[in-house]
Amino acid sequence: MDKRELYRFAKYALTRAISLIVVVVIAVYITILIANMGGYVDQIIKSEVRFNIGVEVNQNPAYKSLPPRAKGELIEKLYQKEIARLGLDKPFILRSYQYLIQALSLELGRALYLTSDTGSRSVRNIIIERLPVTVLLFTTINLILFFFSLFVGLYASRKYESKFDKIIVALSPLSSIPGWFYGIFLILVFASLLHVLPYGGLVDAPPPQDTLSYTLSVLKHMILPILSWLIGYSFIQIYVRRTFFLMFSNEDYVEMAKAKGLPPRIIERRYILRPTLPPIITDFALMLISSWMGAIITERVFNWPGIGTLFYMAASLLDSPVIIGEVVVYAYLLAITVFVLDIIYAAVDPRIRLGVT
Amino acid sequence: MSYRIKDQIKELFQYKYALIGIGILLVLIGISIYTVIAIPYHQATYLWRGGEGIWLDYPRNAMPSWINFFLPKKLPETIILDTQKTQKGVTKVIVPFGEQASKVRIELTFNYLYDDFPSEINLFYSAKYNVSSPHLTIYWIKPEGQRFKLRELTLRKNGAYYISNDGKLALNLQNYYSQKIGEEPNYVMSPEIGLFAVEDKSVSKLETATPLKGRYLMVIEGTLFEKNSDVNVKLVVYGKVYGAAGTDHLRRDLSIALLWGTPIALSFGVIAALSIAMIQIIIAAISAWFAGRVDFIVQKITEVNMILPFLPILIMISVFYSFSIWMLLVVVIALSIFGSGVKTYRAVFLQIKEFPYVEAAKAYGASSLRIVFLYIIPKVLPTIIPSLVLSVSDFVFLEAAMALLGLGDPVAPTWGKIIEDAYSTGALYKGYFYWVLEPSFLLILTALGFALLGFSLDKIFNPRLKER
Repeated sequence: MDKRELYRFAKYALTRAISLIVVVVIAVYITILIANMGGYVDQIIKSEVRFNIGVEVNQNPAYKSLPPRAKGELIEKLYQKEIARLGLDKPFILRSYQYLIQALSLELGRALYLTSDTGSRSVRNIIIERLPVTVLLFTTINLILFFFSLFVGLYASRKYESKFDKIIVALSPLSSIPGWFYGIFLILVFASLLHVLPYGGLVDAPPPQDTLSYTLSVLKHMILPILSWLIGYSFIQIYVRRTFFLMFSNEDYVEMAKAKGLPPRIIERRYILRPTLPPIITDFALMLISSWMGAIITERVFNWPGIGTLFYMAASLLDSPVIIGEVVVYAYLLAITVFVLDIIYAAVDPRIRLGVT
Repeated sequence: MSYRIKDQIKELFQYKYALIGIGILLVLIGISIYTVIAIPYHQATYLWRGGEGIWLDYPRNAMPSWINFFLPKKLPETIILDTQKTQKGVTKVIVPFGEQASKVRIELTFNYLYDDFPSEINLFYSAKYNVSSPHLTIYWIKPEGQRFKLRELTLRKNGAYYISNDGKLALNLQNYYSQKIGEEPNYVMSPEIGLFAVEDKSVSKLETATPLKGRYLMVIEGTLFEKNSDVNVKLVVYGKVYGAAGTDHLRRDLSIALLWGTPIALSFGVIAALSIAMIQIIIAAISAWFAGRVDFIVQKITEVNMILPFLPILIMISVFYSFSIWMLLVVVIALSIFGSGVKTYRAVFLQIKEFPYVEAAKAYGASSLRIVFLYIIPKVLPTIIPSLVLSVSDFVFLEAAMALLGLGDPVAPTWGKIIEDAYSTGALYKGYFYWVLEPSFLLILTALGFALLGFSLDKIFNPRLKER
């Protein structure tokens, strides 16, 4: 890359970054608006403040001799002061900006009801504790799904119109049923009927002490979730990949390579896989990120204590700081992924960098 | 054009899969129409939300009746003997006795020919009196003549004797069997087992205990102390199977929710898929046609929408503003109209925009509106029909997923609700598989119907891949 190109590249990256930041800001702001429109957050905070002040005044020996009416007035006065301090007396529009700035700087505040396993009320701690559990399961699932469908898809496209290919095509309607739904059946068969695999959860209870058996126990608990997604999503993915490869294997340059007598392996690697890989990787990256968030139901079915279960719990407890916190973290992750992908493609593909499409 | 469509329909019928799909969908539509006519919606929700009062005569967690065809051991049906109905095996005699009082004798007989014990036995009664309430003694006589005194009852106006919950009776039965077979049963014997069991060694273990087949008799004798006093009883021997679909933990007949789930699922899925696709196409067409600033704004909104996680936002909205399934539908549509489909369609429209016939239309002065709605949009409609059909089941499952999270419609009986009930009461642990399998079967059927039709349509409308 010469200097001019580097300059162009930097300019492109900067524009993309700014555009994505704007998008994230708007998305987070919309989330805050939705989560506050019912007045839930404010009302809960207000009632909490009133309760706390009430308790404080009633327990303070200095106010013990006050008549009930004076006490009530005192509570009201302190309450108004505290509300003003918290900024709750200002109109919502003003405060929503404050929330936005807090959310964007990842000051996610404190949960209303939920706590982390270590007892922390901080939303950030709660999320950080749950995130690895989700990332572990769904990264594993997506990696297996990705490589499985890639290689089987390649194989099917090579064996186009064969029996194997036809079976793949015939099985693809199976994917109109989501993975979590197959999960219910897998639990029914392997846990309820055969008693060979656990119903759900992360580890056996009580958790094994040494690292090896702990790992094995976690792996055992991962089998059914992985299997449910494989049944649910692999056939359609294989089908999509196969179709994709078939389209590309009809390109003139592939015919040309064939005519030159190149071995099929090299044709596949150089002329089919390479040009199709960018969109496939984009697919994979986006699916991976969204699975960290969108697997709420799979986690619920398998009782997997990750970020999805956390979201579900927060939703049923109306714990809005946790809900908003998760959406913010997710928006950031997604935006960063999109940005990284954009940059990589721009670096690899000059057409994007130069704005030629 | 019409010739082409006719041709394509003809082609559709040549696909075996499409035929199966259409068949499945027709069956489901048939069920929906029947349900909407036979069980009005308000009645369905009343029954489904009515609490246990309505369902008192129904067994709890009973499997569907047809399961008996496949089982070597026949599971019992529910037996109801009611003195207020003229019924075989029910007699009630009241004989005056002195000035005011009268003697009453009620006999309830039934044949029990099943291979398993009933799940529960209850005796409901109602008595008519002013001051002195009737007094009754209840006896149970087994086919071989053994006679058990169950209890003496002083009646209230309305009430029930929950025989299965009678701890004293359970204890008496346990002692009776210990003496008779010289061995203490190794489990806590509930009355419905003790009152039906074959009285030999087999009763000592729960696994081997079997019910005695034959004619059972319940005798209720007693005194009415007032002249116009009357008493009526209803004996319910709850079975372990019920109806075509079985019952749930609240004794509700599952067939109501299974039936009503069909029209709800179909309309939810079809309306969501159809309206989202239509709105996305219109937005994409406008964006592509007008280009410039409109296009820029649409593109940015789409990007924001893609950063917002769909399911979490949906969950958040339905938690904060819990609402009915139709409101859910509106929110789902609202969240999806700027979905990724807009980008795909826009790319197609950008190509169509350059087609000569559009140029021609522009040249003779057709308005933008006319070109967008009459010339551009109709051009792509056939190609999007397959993905539209395929997306229906996504929305059907979305509804089920929301119900599974406890965020479904608070009143409407749906398939997802049944699964949620089953899941949260641990049906899979307890082995009530029918409870999960029935709604699941219908969900799968729906998904399969739309998938088979959709894939066949894809082959017809997008034939590029048919010949490779």
